[in-house]
Amino acid sequence: MFRNTGIAVALLLLGLYSGGEVVAADAKKGEEIYGRCLACHALAYDRVGPRHCGLIGRKAGSVPGFNYSPAMKRSGLTWNEKTLNRFLKNPPATVPGTTMTYAGIPDAKERADLIAYLKSVNQSDACPRPASR
Amino acid sequence: MSFFEMKTPAAARRFFLQRSGVVLSGAAVALLAGNDALAATSAKGSGKDSAGDVRILNTALGAELEAIAAYGVGAKSGLLEKPVLDLAVVFQGHHKEHADVLAKTIQKLGGKPVAAKSQYNFPTDQLKSQADVLKFAAGLEKGAVSAYLGAVPLFRNRDLSKAAASILGDEAMHYAVLRNALGEAPVPSAFVS
Repeated sequence: MFRNTGIAVALLLLGLYSGGEVVAADAKKGEEIYGRCLACHALAYDRVGPRHCGLIGRKAGSVPGFNYSPAMKRSGLTWNEKTLNRFLKNPPATVPGTTMTYAGIPDAKERADLIAYLKSVNQSDACPRPASR
Repeated sequence: MSFFEMKTPAAARRFFLQRSGVVLSGAAVALLAGNDALAATSAKGSGKDSAGDVRILNTALGAELEAIAAYGVGAKSGLLEKPVLDLAVVFQGHHKEHADVLAKTIQKLGGKPVAAKSQYNFPTDQLKSQADVLKFAAGLEKGAVSAYLGAVPLFRNRDLSKAAASILGDEAMHYAVLRNALGEAPVPSAFVS
């Protein structure tokens, strides 16, 4: 058992372990997949959907001033690889009542790539740095 | 006589419908055709199950309203030259038609359509040439194709899926034409995603 757990941890470090699937993430491909989000989202500013800069580690429904659905606000989710992977697979099933009325990304590799992009972009110039205190 | 020899768009459409045997039916298509009575009757049939459909339609409406504003920014930027400027105005008109149909459908289903925002965020500081505007618009259209593709399977009312697919086709054509205007392959792949 512990040996299997160790293997799983190692695989997690290499990529994303998703219900029996292990996929290596490619942020460059994720950038291309992010094109699918551009009807509603942008990195640095809110649109029909909230901004994605600062997404990782953020509590769902917490961007100040954005008009979230009640379902998203009470979802209790905090965005990380695991929660994003689950949500992106099927948003309406993960958060029933969400206004992200999108069937999801069924391909685990594509989700991993997209999440890798969202993680990487947060460290790039596309995302403004929070003002220092 | 071929489709391309028709003298007016209306004649060409009639010819196409007669020859292709296309059958139009259902609430969404009735709305698209402006038949309010038929649409209202069909909406009653969906009853309490329409809340999810209204949510999907409102998300789409929000994106359409933003697209109308985006094309407005592009058209008024002074960066677009004819015939690209004319193209932007035509595409904006399509989005206005989409928004109008979506809003009316939401109302008929008992929902409240979202309103246009008083102000939208657009990366205007990054739009310095016609190509910049075209790339920005192409990105929005590509996203719209994906958004409608992701919405089509979610509707409980399959007529609404059909209507959304109809809009999806229009967005895909916008995307292809914008890519072509940019000198890129208009249809980059066999499938959209």
